[in-house]
Amino acid sequence: MNYPDDLKYTKEHEWCRVKGNRVVVGITDHAQDALGDIVYVELPEVGDPVKKGEAFGVVESTKAVSELFSPVTGKVVEVNDPLSDAPETINEDPYEEGWMIQVEVADFKELDTLLDTAAYQKFIQEESE
Amino acid sequence: MVQRTPLHDVHVRAGARMVEFAGWDMPVQYEGILAEHAAVRERAGLFDVSHMGEVVFRGPKALESLQRLFTNDLSRCQDGQAQYGALCRESGGIVDDVVVYRRSAEDLLVCVNASNRQKDYDWLHGHAFGAEVTNESDAWGQLALQGPRAPEILQRLTSVRLSSVGTYRFTDGEVAGVRCLVARTGYTGEDGFELFCAAADAPRLWASLIEAGRPDGLRPCGLGARDSLRLEMAYRLYGSDMDDATTPLEAGLGWVVKLDKGAFMGRDALLKQKEAGLSRKLVGFVLTEPGISRHGHAVLQDGKPVGTVTSGTRSPSLGLSIGLAYVPPALAAEGSTFAVDIRGRAAAAKVVKTPFYAKKTRA
Repeated sequence: MNYPDDLKYTKEHEWCRVKGNRVVVGITDHAQDALGDIVYVELPEVGDPVKKGEAFGVVESTKAVSELFSPVTGKVVEVNDPLSDAPETINEDPYEEGWMIQVEVADFKELDTLLDTAAYQKFIQEESE
Repeated sequence: MVQRTPLHDVHVRAGARMVEFAGWDMPVQYEGILAEHAAVRERAGLFDVSHMGEVVFRGPKALESLQRLFTNDLSRCQDGQAQYGALCRESGGIVDDVVVYRRSAEDLLVCVNASNRQKDYDWLHGHAFGAEVTNESDAWGQLALQGPRAPEILQRLTSVRLSSVGTYRFTDGEVAGVRCLVARTGYTGEDGFELFCAAADAPRLWASLIEAGRPDGLRPCGLGARDSLRLEMAYRLYGSDMDDATTPLEAGLGWVVKLDKGAFMGRDALLKQKEAGLSRKLVGFVLTEPGISRHGHAVLQDGKPVGTVTSGTRSPSLGLSIGLAYVPPALAAEGSTFAVDIRGRAAAAKVVKTPFYAKKTRA
């Protein structure tokens, strides 16, 4: 499993990456692997508000439905639309091509409460025990 | 206590992802459900189905006794032939759907669902009408080799002439030195075989098949692919699509209910239901809007719940969102439309002919 150092992580297995005044959000390598083949994704629309810790969408694999939780509060400014036709991209490339939404963040201090790579790895280790 | 099949160690060592299903710790997938699904449709897949149960009827009263508990007509089933049907309660409710392997009129093997092993045995034993009924579930291992390449793979390991074993026929024979009941049956819609062997022999048989099928791209498969394959064929799954409160007529299994064969458990109730007309029917549908419907979602007509989805998935072969649902008869005809409540969003659906998937004509 791969957990890039430039990302921040949630305990619900989303990642986010700061890009100017926005953050890019997706799900982690661990999450895509645990879900299995992803066959459907439901994302918000540009302009929709998202709130830290609240559901912003749904991802479904061949067997399971899983909610997506926003790591930050703000407004959706971009959505990875090609995912709706090619949800398997999330399995193949969860951190780059498989990104889900970009959020214009109100308060970047929110990111301080998220996990760094080491803390996230420790968390999934503990979760699996 | 979660139960394990004789192949449990094999799955774990191979790195399969294990989940609990009907009280069994089973592989849900090896590499991935989509790849396994495609392997079975295009080449071959091997499944551990040892969690299925085997209840055997023996003795001079075996055939007569099972006939009185089974909705299909075993007098039309020859020795060496298998037959699908249901076991019903007096009420017509389904105890289980099963496949009966008729070895002779005095020796019939009933293959039952994993979740119903004990229930079925208790039911059958309790209504045996003089037959000797034994629960042999723990003694048997069961492997399903499925897919268009299944016959050539299996033929390398057995002297049984497989071309003479027709669909829903079976024979005794050795496969890779293991005594088996070799049946041309399955739950995927593809050609293939189910092999019943002694539980202790299952790991050896599994290893031999995996090895023999390697050049053909045979893959070990888990329950995830088993479920998507069966749903593309609209094969019912007990516990999801039907249970003790549904009848085979409602579940669309009227073709295995032989009301004219003479008395059998549930016949009077089913006859009555047939005459009175059904209040709900299981139909196949596709979503015409994005989403995936799942077991338990409500069927809506004009915004009101009128039925229930019992199975749903995205069909890997068709790329469509497919499902089975109980709906009122007025919505059961092909082309009827309704909506499915997917987490509060109404997604449009259309009734279609089943099976959803039609086998490709092979060159």
